Amino acid sequence: MSDLLIELFSEEIPARMQARARDDLKSMITNGLVEAGLTYASSGAFSTPRRLVLSIEGLSAESKPVREERKGPSASAPPAAIEGFLRSTGLTLDQLERRADKKGETLYAVIEKPGRAASVIIAEVLETTIRTFPWPKSMRWGSGTLRWVRPLHSILCLLSDESGGAVVPLNIDGIQSSNTTAGHRFLSPARFPVTSFDDYVVKLKRAHVVLDSAEREAAIWQGAQNLAFAAGMEVVEDKGLLTEVAGLVEWPVPLMGRIADTFLALPPEVLQTSMKEHQKFFSVRNPKTGRIEGFITVANTETADHGETILKGNQKVLSARLSDAKFFWENDLRVAKANPDSPMQEWLDGLKSVTFHNKLGSQADRIARIAALAREIAPLVKADPDLAEQAAKLAKADLRSAMVGEFPELQGLMGMYYAREAGLPEPVALAARDHYSPLGPTDTVPSDPVSVAVALADKIDTLTGFWAIDEKPTGSKDPFALRRAALGVIRLVLGNEVRARLEFVFRPRINGLATENASSALNRIADLFLEISRGEEFCNRPASYALHEARCEAKLGLILPEDIEVINNVLESYSDWHLDHIDNVLSDDGHGDVNQFEITEAIRNSADKLGKMSRKKTKILGRVSASSDLLAFFHDRLKVFLKDQGIRHDVIDACLAMPGNDDLTLLVKRAEALAAFLKTEDGPNLLQGFKRANTILTQAEAKDGVEYSYGADPKFAETDEERALFAALDTAEAQITPAMRREDFAAAMAAMAQLRAPIDAFFTAVQVNSDNPIIRRNRLNLLHRIRAICAGVADLTRIDG
Amino acid sequence: MADAPKAPRSFQEIILRLQNYWAAQGCAILQPYDMEVGAGTFHPATTLRSLGSKPWAAAYVQPSRRPTDGRYGENPNRLQHYYQYQVIIKPSPPDLQDLYLGSLKAIGIDASLHDIRFVEDDWESPTLGAWGLGWEIWCDGMEVSQFTYFQQVGGHDCRPVSGELTYGLERLAMYVLGVDHVMDMPFNDPAAKIPLTYGDIFMQTEEEYSRHNFDGADTEQLFQHFKDAEAECQRLLDFPPLDPKSGKTIIMAHPAYDQTIKASHLFNLLDARGVISVTERQAYIGRVRALAKKCADAFRLTPAGRDATGQDAEAHS
Repeated sequence: MSDLLIELFSEEIPARMQARARDDLKSMITNGLVEAGLTYASSGAFSTPRRLVLSIEGLSAESKPVREERKGPSASAPPAAIEGFLRSTGLTLDQLERRADKKGETLYAVIEKPGRAASVIIAEVLETTIRTFPWPKSMRWGSGTLRWVRPLHSILCLLSDESGGAVVPLNIDGIQSSNTTAGHRFLSPARFPVTSFDDYVVKLKRAHVVLDSAEREAAIWQGAQNLAFAAGMEVVEDKGLLTEVAGLVEWPVPLMGRIADTFLALPPEVLQTSMKEHQKFFSVRNPKTGRIEGFITVANTETADHGETILKGNQKVLSARLSDAKFFWENDLRVAKANPDSPMQEWLDGLKSVTFHNKLGSQADRIARIAALAREIAPLVKADPDLAEQAAKLAKADLRSAMVGEFPELQGLMGMYYAREAGLPEPVALAARDHYSPLGPTDTVPSDPVSVAVALADKIDTLTGFWAIDEKPTGSKDPFALRRAALGVIRLVLGNEVRARLEFVFRPRINGLATENASSALNRIADLFLEISRGEEFCNRPASYALHEARCEAKLGLILPEDIEVINNVLESYSDWHLDHIDNVLSDDGHGDVNQFEITEAIRNSADKLGKMSRKKTKILGRVSASSDLLAFFHDRLKVFLKDQGIRHDVIDACLAMPGNDDLTLLVKRAEALAAFLKTEDGPNLLQGFKRANTILTQAEAKDGVEYSYGADPKFAETDEERALFAALDTAEAQITPAMRREDFAAAMAAMAQLRAPIDAFFTAVQVNSDNPIIRRNRLNLLHRIRAICAGVADLTRIDG
Repeated sequence: MADAPKAPRSFQEIILRLQNYWAAQGCAILQPYDMEVGAGTFHPATTLRSLGSKPWAAAYVQPSRRPTDGRYGENPNRLQHYYQYQVIIKPSPPDLQDLYLGSLKAIGIDASLHDIRFVEDDWESPTLGAWGLGWEIWCDGMEVSQFTYFQQVGGHDCRPVSGELTYGLERLAMYVLGVDHVMDMPFNDPAAKIPLTYGDIFMQTEEEYSRHNFDGADTEQLFQHFKDAEAECQRLLDFPPLDPKSGKTIIMAHPAYDQTIKASHLFNLLDARGVISVTERQAYIGRVRALAKKCADAFRLTPAGRDATGQDAEAHS
């Protein structure tokens, strides 16, 4: 048994990559060694800015010999077969064994792989590891071709036991392995040899290197707390920063400084962000004032003046940074408060010249849309419409502030401070801060009604906007973070139990935004239509409908000139059909009363018949149903979201198939109830009963070409089970209908569950396909009632199992 | 330290010490490129010479212009015109970090008193189609240089890799000299007969150019110039390589690259004037990058940019 020590010594490794690199080094090497037949007792990986280290204890000295036996062809097989076997085994004929069996003699190859020395295996595994190491970003240097995170300078690879250590010989692109390493870049730069891992750790520490990042983190945290405590202060905890700083130093020396009084009036987030982002300082709070009054910087060295020069330098850099911040803050406040009647006006004006997207106008245009939408949404979320509109108008004003220009991560938060300073109502200030939320699947969802209204309006405007100009996410590409926006809407709606039909919110926005070519398209269609009505007496109704609807859509800008060509084709291909109501259609001026769903359906029907034009058809449908498409996108996001909450996708599908599926709160209530129902004992059993009823019914309907929805009559019931099912259906219906009306899905499903026993009994006792056609028809109609009752609750045909 | 040099006393002394130091390391000390550029990297001695296999070592001061950074001379360290010190060595030597630390020592930054750190900073120039990995170097929390191993320039892989060092001279000098406002920094020796501060030399021009950059420059003309530079760059590259007058193969890679530099600066000015929207911005950057790539392609066909083995650009593209 021996121990292995590997150190890959390089120029400074980015702090953020070190943890992953430790894990990768450990798994790649240990897996490689084990695959090659070695065993080991334990391993540990370490990193500093300049080294990646692996220590393995109890490594076997060599791999076990491997004996492999392969059965070949019969000894009397044709020469070609035997030659093939020889080639594949790499043996000669006289090296094969002949074994007698029932068929005569069969050839066997026995290949023995002797055990190999650990050092040989290590050299191979380490080389492969270095050459294929999965750094997030790697580079070449000098004239070489080797890739590493930064130039790799030396490789220490030492196999040791009680008798001493031996270098594992290895040469990678001119870097020869050795038993030496170097200490701290400035404090102990000399190279020195080591004999074992323990020796390595001790000598490194003597050479001003703390190997273990956890030990460095602990030292930094302890040191920082001690410094703060001695001054009656406390360090603001920041685990991420601690890990990062520990990855920047080999010999951590925390130093504490004070923030000059002149900066203490800045918002604490500004101080913290500036210090953390620019300087990687910890913030130090005065518990008496609650303010951030000091900082901790962590040096990587000890100096004769005990860090005095270093601290002075850092203090100076900080002062310059905070001077900038203070300058921004004061200037911004001046702008925010300049005109009490219209606070932040300068910024709002400035946003007119900032393009949001060249097809969607300026930031000011966008804000105007959001404000209008926030006003419209306000009643749905119990917010004051005036406040919601005002908040939406101001929420993004801080994008023009100097502070947000410098620290984009403070957007919204600065808006809140500036709104407060400008004397605006608190909900307006909060909306500025919170309207970007939620930004992910786990962060907090705003709950103040005004914030909710603005947050929803902001995201819905973004989504409908990019949908209107056909800039949807594809695959991994989502440059405008539309998936995140959709998830944000979902969480806002569900988190606040907002009741709204999203389709009705989306459609007018998408239509309103897509105004391109609207009037010219309309005119061309109108001309076309006139031509037909004059010259052609025959046309089919669906086509005329399509044309009519195309006019509406063209008016709204949803149809492009090339689409009109398709409509033209539709008409031509059906021109021999009689057109009954062309005058009626013509006289209808357009988009007023016509149901949008019917329009979509009509065009879909027409276009469907036009198979050869499928490419254009897709385009038409894509445009016409952009809002349904956006809703489908929402449903996809919702599925992902609910799946994470443990709701099965088939359950969600069953609920999505129901009307009103754009009301997400309702949808989720239904899905939750259904998921819960399916977990009860009755659930899956009822499901089986339903499916059985549905299958029999569907087959019969297909065979007979009728829909059995005439209503079953109890007087034709022959058996008690049949009569019992009638009664049970009556009872269930009487409970389910009002429950559904109150949207009490749990109660509806509980009532549905009571059908389980009668349905089971019915199927056990009754043959649906009776010889008597009247009885059979009645039973099929009875099954239809089962299907109808269940279908009113959720589309159970979509449930698996 | 016994051999620690005396602290420098002026801005120019720091520049001179860097010049001497890098000259002693074998770099050719070049002069600034005679065009408006945003950074020392734009100097053809870096952009173009980092391509191809021929060894190269150069150092130079490059006046750099960032029109949007104009602050009328009021900001303590933000300027629309400033100096960069640039070192470029190909292939990057294995001891480049030590050479760099030596240069800090030469200008009076003693590593035994200061905290010098290599902090991850990947460099990317979308306008040059270039990127590299490296660090920003911190001295007591202050960023004093950029250190980059070029991986790609103008869309071409760098083989061998060049090591590039960029010092922001004003900021570095302010730190070394202990000055809080750039305009107060002694430019020549403060004991000279006519002592001049940075402000004596640049205060007025910072004001003038700030006004020019933000309000003065004629944007319509700038847009036109941009188009002209773009067209001219392409036109120069479209010439057949054989020059009928001299009978030689002469590809006008450098003159074409000058037009790229121009286009880039014009874009920066337009950006400062606030007339380029966020989406247009990407398009303009893409147009400059397209020029830079074409120039790099052309340079790779010239004697200075070809690989020593004689294989031409195709092999790496």
